[in-house]
Amino acid sequence: MTAMRSLGASGSLRLRVAARGLDATTALCLPGVISVFVLFVYPLVYGLIDSMTPKAGRWYANYATFFSDPFLYGTIAATLRLALPVTIVNVILAVPIALRVRLMRRQRLLTTILVLPITLGTVLVAEGLLNYLGPQGWLNRAMMAIGFIAAPVKLTNNYWGVFFSLLITGFPFAFLLTLSQVSGVDPALEQAGATLGAGASARFVRILLPLLASGLAITFCLCFVQAFTVFPSAVLLGQPAGATHVISIAAYQAAFEQYDYSLGSAIALIMGVAQLIVVVTVLAVRARFYRGPTVSAKG
Amino acid sequence: MIRDDNPLSRLWRTIVLLIAALFVLNLFALIAAVALNSFATRWLGSWAPSGLTTRWYSSAWDEFQLGDVLLVTFEVVFAVVIISGLIGVTAAYALARREFPGKRAVILLFLAPLVVPPLTYGVPMASLLYRIGLGGTFSGVVLANLVPTIPFVVLVMTPFIEQIDPRIEAAARVFGASTFSLFLRVLAPLLAPGILAALLLALVRTIAMFELTFLTAGPDSQTLVVALYYAVFASGVRAGQSIDAMAVIYMATTLVWLVIALQFVDPTQIVARTRPSAARQ
Repeated sequence: MTAMRSLGASGSLRLRVAARGLDATTALCLPGVISVFVLFVYPLVYGLIDSMTPKAGRWYANYATFFSDPFLYGTIAATLRLALPVTIVNVILAVPIALRVRLMRRQRLLTTILVLPITLGTVLVAEGLLNYLGPQGWLNRAMMAIGFIAAPVKLTNNYWGVFFSLLITGFPFAFLLTLSQVSGVDPALEQAGATLGAGASARFVRILLPLLASGLAITFCLCFVQAFTVFPSAVLLGQPAGATHVISIAAYQAAFEQYDYSLGSAIALIMGVAQLIVVVTVLAVRARFYRGPTVSAKG
Repeated sequence: MIRDDNPLSRLWRTIVLLIAALFVLNLFALIAAVALNSFATRWLGSWAPSGLTTRWYSSAWDEFQLGDVLLVTFEVVFAVVIISGLIGVTAAYALARREFPGKRAVILLFLAPLVVPPLTYGVPMASLLYRIGLGGTFSGVVLANLVPTIPFVVLVMTPFIEQIDPRIEAAARVFGASTFSLFLRVLAPLLAPGILAALLLALVRTIAMFELTFLTAGPDSQTLVVALYYAVFASGVRAGQSIDAMAVIYMATTLVWLVIALQFVDPTQIVARTRPSAARQ
């Protein structure tokens, strides 16, 4: 209405701009955009430039250091050896359990229990597992009591400690994501399959899996990113100098123990790129699957 | 719902439930082991501790200066939640109400910090903060924690605002409401449940946010989870029960807020950004 009164040159400009959706309300997103730029984009660009201005040598010296030192470049393989199996196990476990839980009435109790390890976080899970998986811990005792093993199995300060900690925090994450996708699938679609005589496994392979494939790819990516950046449990529960010398430890040590921020930024960026490659690969495969509504159209 | 009642699918259902039960059992045992150990006088080589005591709590409180740590934790968390609430809700309002050129790019910008792992931007950010003198300070920790929290609030609030009918605001305008009273008497009451849910989710996530706080905190700006990490890291020095007492205090702090949050949100919302019923892509 104010614009109506001032139909001068500036007013019509303002009207034309407003017609394209740029007015005072749109400007409300500016504080958010600016803060993400200043706090996220700028530090990343700063890190990129910093990583290319090493303490000594040519601009690519940090990257050359990383890819010529087996202790450093080996971290990529060490991280993948942890993150890929854990993510695959988590997603594969999550699907049947989510499909089963979707039919249960007391869903909320289970989802509340499973959200616990996520909210408690990796540090607490690591501390708990140090007791629980230790040679005198309840798990080893229980397995010895039922005669499953003869002597305590070493499950902490090695690969398996970190594996289990990623399972404890990663599985609920995968499960809750999958559950929200599974609940979005219209039961009528599966019932139609059952009407036509499809058994449980046929319904899963022919109906549910194609509908869920694209969502599962996303779940896989989100779980993988979490597992790939494992840090506290790899230090506390693993062998930080050996089997679980993961890439995040390398980045942290370079930046905050050797005070070589330039190398630290380089490793952090290599970490980002490495997990991006896996994510893009998974999403490229996902593009080949069906992506559409998971509900049947109603009149 | 379809029920297959042949023995094979019944066996399959049982196996699936058993795996889930096994997971929950291990999870509870893990938490119980921490809690029990924090009350143990001595616990070596047996199923249960030889005696119970509460003295580890007072010793952990003094040893780790938990009073100060808790105070810092709440200061950081509330600062992060309030700032990200103000910035995030306004941005979400713009995104929900307007179509403008470059909107997709803005949404992508808000998605990026949630997909890029914290350590990837945390290490460059911490080195930048140290260079400008904010490293190791309270404001540095708050700034670092804003990075994932602002986009999180934006992405939770945008669909919530979208489902509020804009004609309600138009009607208020017709009746002569000023922008201020429109906000105070129309928008605020309508948005309150969504804002409350989004902020509680952000709060629970910020208490448990380890990596960013760890990289940017100094001795006086540690939050509880970082202090716990350092205690476990140097666990040879202190009694295990003392560390576990601190872990229990950390759990209690987190769980109080989780219980409050769960009054308003669905557990799946802590990981997925949509309610299960709305997850239809």
